[in-house]
Amino acid sequence: MSFTIEGETGPWELVVGLEVHAQVTSRAKLFSGAATEFGAEPNSQVSFVDAGFPGMLPVINRECVAQAVRTGLGLNAQVNPWSRFDRKNYFYADLPQGYQISQFAHPIVGTGVIPVELSDGSVKEIGITRLHLEQDAGKSLHDQHPSKSYIDLNRSGVALMEIVSEPDMRSPEEAGAYLTKLRQILRYLGTCDGNMEEGSLRADVNVSVRKSGEEFRTRCEVKNVNSIRFVMQAVEAEARRQIEVWESGGTVEQETRLFDTVRGETRSMRSKEDAHDYRYFPDPDLPPLVIDPAWIEELRAGLPELPDARRARYVNEFGLSAYDASVLVAEKETAAFYEEVAAGRDPKVAANWVMGDFFAMLNRMGKGIEDSPVSAKHLGALLDLISDRTLSGKMAKEVLEAMGETGKPPGTIVEERGLRQVTDTGAIEAAVDAILAANPDKIAQYREKPTLFGWFVGQVMKAMKGQGNPALVNEVLKAKLDA
Amino acid sequence: MSLDLKTVRRVASLARLHLEEGEDARLQAELNGILGWIEQLQAVDVSGVEPLSGGGGTAMPMREDVVTDGGRAEAVLGNAPDRAGAFFAVPKVVE
Amino acid sequence: MHPTDFTIRGALEALSEGIVSSEALTAAHLEAIAALNPRLNAFVTVTAERAMEAARASDARRANGIAGRLEGVPLAIKDLFCTEGVRTTAASRILGEFVPPYESTVTANLLRDGAVFLGKANLDEFAMGSSNATSAFGEVENPWKRGNDDGTRLVPGGSSGGSAAAVAARLAMGATATDTGGSIRQPAAFCGIAGMKPTYGRCSRFGVVAFASSLDTPGPVARTVEDCALLLESMAGHDPRDATSAKVAVPDFAAACARGVKGLRIGVPREYRLEGMPDEIEALWSQGLDWLRAEGAEIVDISLPHTKYALPTYYIVAPAEASSNLARYDGVRFGQRVDGADLKDLYERTRAAGFGAEVKRRIMIGTYVLSAGYYDAYYVRAQRVRALIKRDFDEAFRDVDAIVTPATPSAAFAAGEKQDDPVAMYLNDVFTVTANLAGIPGLAVPAGFDRQGLPLGLQVLGRDFDEETVFAVGTAIEHAAKLTALPQVRAFA
Repeated sequence: MSFTIEGETGPWELVVGLEVHAQVTSRAKLFSGAATEFGAEPNSQVSFVDAGFPGMLPVINRECVAQAVRTGLGLNAQVNPWSRFDRKNYFYADLPQGYQISQFAHPIVGTGVIPVELSDGSVKEIGITRLHLEQDAGKSLHDQHPSKSYIDLNRSGVALMEIVSEPDMRSPEEAGAYLTKLRQILRYLGTCDGNMEEGSLRADVNVSVRKSGEEFRTRCEVKNVNSIRFVMQAVEAEARRQIEVWESGGTVEQETRLFDTVRGETRSMRSKEDAHDYRYFPDPDLPPLVIDPAWIEELRAGLPELPDARRARYVNEFGLSAYDASVLVAEKETAAFYEEVAAGRDPKVAANWVMGDFFAMLNRMGKGIEDSPVSAKHLGALLDLISDRTLSGKMAKEVLEAMGETGKPPGTIVEERGLRQVTDTGAIEAAVDAILAANPDKIAQYREKPTLFGWFVGQVMKAMKGQGNPALVNEVLKAKLDA
Repeated sequence: MSLDLKTVRRVASLARLHLEEGEDARLQAELNGILGWIEQLQAVDVSGVEPLSGGGGTAMPMREDVVTDGGRAEAVLGNAPDRAGAFFAVPKVVE
Repeated sequence: MHPTDFTIRGALEALSEGIVSSEALTAAHLEAIAALNPRLNAFVTVTAERAMEAARASDARRANGIAGRLEGVPLAIKDLFCTEGVRTTAASRILGEFVPPYESTVTANLLRDGAVFLGKANLDEFAMGSSNATSAFGEVENPWKRGNDDGTRLVPGGSSGGSAAAVAARLAMGATATDTGGSIRQPAAFCGIAGMKPTYGRCSRFGVVAFASSLDTPGPVARTVEDCALLLESMAGHDPRDATSAKVAVPDFAAACARGVKGLRIGVPREYRLEGMPDEIEALWSQGLDWLRAEGAEIVDISLPHTKYALPTYYIVAPAEASSNLARYDGVRFGQRVDGADLKDLYERTRAAGFGAEVKRRIMIGTYVLSAGYYDAYYVRAQRVRALIKRDFDEAFRDVDAIVTPATPSAAFAAGEKQDDPVAMYLNDVFTVTANLAGIPGLAVPAGFDRQGLPLGLQVLGRDFDEETVFAVGTAIEHAAKLTALPQVRAFA
């Protein structure tokens, strides 16, 4: 069912496209040798090139080019062996050269497509229009001084990939799902860390509305939205605003807006007098970027397994459900953790444990995979202790808790606390005999009400301090009760 | 192609050049003189000719991904007309 | 003979024979500068102490058996090259008291080879001009006077007017310069010295204040062609910090000078014969060709059909690139600042106060021709015409090895002339601009004098990266011309 927003004049469709700026993972910047680490002392990662000093010239970083090619391949897009850099000219305090080196006419990557999974289980293909490389700008701090803005150029010149989608999205959910998928692919590829809080991934959201069957109406751009949740909110807020404008007889003006996360609405960016005339022209300091097709193939061969392929493998080889596979591949680190746990073990059991008790424990502790107190190796060892019947499933859960608290391997905890499951039939029989002898009245009641069996099981397990192998306890009890 | 005053002022704004009283008219005359002279290029038959982009023409050389620069905030900030510690300072911008 | 009369070649010999020290050479030049620079204004900044320190260090090296290619030779550096620790102005107020924390590659190469820097030579502001009249630090006087010597001050040409005047007046043995539309060749011709614009990409642009990136070419000026060759050999070389720097080896340019021209085909482009061209220049051109013929060269008529479009093409492309290159001068990170009510105001006032009229004009033209709606009609079209101009040369060079033309349409003119109409000033570059658009090398070589005794130069153009042939042809002209006259204003005259 297609998404619409109900207005006074009827339902409105949304048309959404995203321009995502992804900071390229590389040691040095796009055109200079300064570092790209986040959070450094202000202006300590700035070369004279980044600061736009007289006579300075750009020289491109090979790894940034490689990362853009890898990303293009991961987006199933066409990598252009010939592309060119253009200057985008405008004045701003965080743009030292007075222009940004970008790609306008001939980007490094052309059209592509990514399949995006939606919550109803359907898959929608969202088109990629292009991907190009460009310099990031510096940072302005406007709250450090009453009448001055402070400029830090550390980020100036860091490589960005601008990934432009086709206007194929039709709802806030689709926008969120697209961005989630895109981020996932970038993180799998290792071409961008996708950290939206730190600003390594930012989205400009283009929104327009229309009545069903119409051509596209005027769109507005909501700039620099820095979380998936805010993207979805911004889509809805902006759509509603535009609907109101149209319905009150007005016309939506093409403009650039910001999303106010507190108010949950978009507002116009001030100071947009001359609609930017960027005067793009080919950067005369840079010859064309020529990429050897052989190098493209080399990069393609070196690509890691991507989320969709991995998910398919989990379904086909491990027999996991599509849903479970999706959850496990959502983050590369999670998938790697899971595969280590599953190696040489029952993959479904491993999946259940990882997604169930293990995730629950992490949530309770407020931790993520990257700082999990329980390693994949140890979790795997825990599963081994279940399959060799040292532990019952129930005991294993307790052991997992202890592993989380102490960081110790399961074997150590079992030994220290003497939790070894009792599978010795003799010991179980002795325990069962004791319970049966002590509860003749219950035995009589059981004859009438077979459901009392569970009470007996509980009593035996209690007497055995939970360490009786449940299956065996059941077996022995049944044999003796029904004898 | 002749410039009107409005265009002269718009171009000056794009180029961030403040124009004094009367300067716009003077520039208009000078620029129109130059542009009039440049018009002769319209007569050239350029069909089928690719624009020469300059930039050396050959393929772009690439650098290795190694940090070779930065770590010299003092040198970067040393010539700044208005410096606030480790920052450049400009009149506050309202977004 | 005075130490300031040495050629670079001669000085190197004298230095190596111990006849003179770099300290003495340098001191002599500094004395000359002190005496004449107040009048000529060829230098914006004189670095006397540094120069003497460097000269003494050079002599010490030489005493230890270390002698670079240019060991101990005192040079002037056009104030467009960023020199570490030494104020660099680009002859503009907007750079304020900017002291670069880095060295340009070309000047670093010269220092590597042992040269001594006397100071920063004056130029047209941001290299935009043909008379050095747009400098924020005042005009430069051409050391040559007209025969009647009525005291008229003549321009040295531009933009490298300070470099050319300093060398002609013997305030420096040689100088670095840059050529974007003729800024080495035209002032060299006006000042009666040699000036070489090498192939684009031959010398690195790293650390050179950018005017028009696809045209800017650093190169030498000196009193002889061979001296230019010596300087160029040090200045040139691939630089990984400049993506437009050519990956070609640097040949022995000085050796090429003596090659001779026997068997070379010299092209004479009919389109360079301008209507109303002064007869003296016409005559000098013929004379130059006769000399080459006498030395065994074959003179061939050629056509470069798009020549007349070169100047207007240049005056679209160069300002366009300049308008973008000069956007970084905004008073935020270096240079002069004029405060404003807000950021936009700061930019506008800083730039209005810091840039001179010619620079502003070119920024405006450049901004306009790149702006929406005009980009295709102007900039793209100009780059297409540029391709045709290059094609003209490519085709001509299939038939000839070098091309000889006049260097300038006139001798040095009087200061204050041609100021009213920007276009009149632009026409000074009519013969030189083509080489910048095509990227090919061009040499101005002094070949004669006009009726009033002012220098006239010829220009030699060559194939891409074939400066050697250009040097050979230039040297042949120089030898045949046997010029002996010296500028009236010169050191220890």
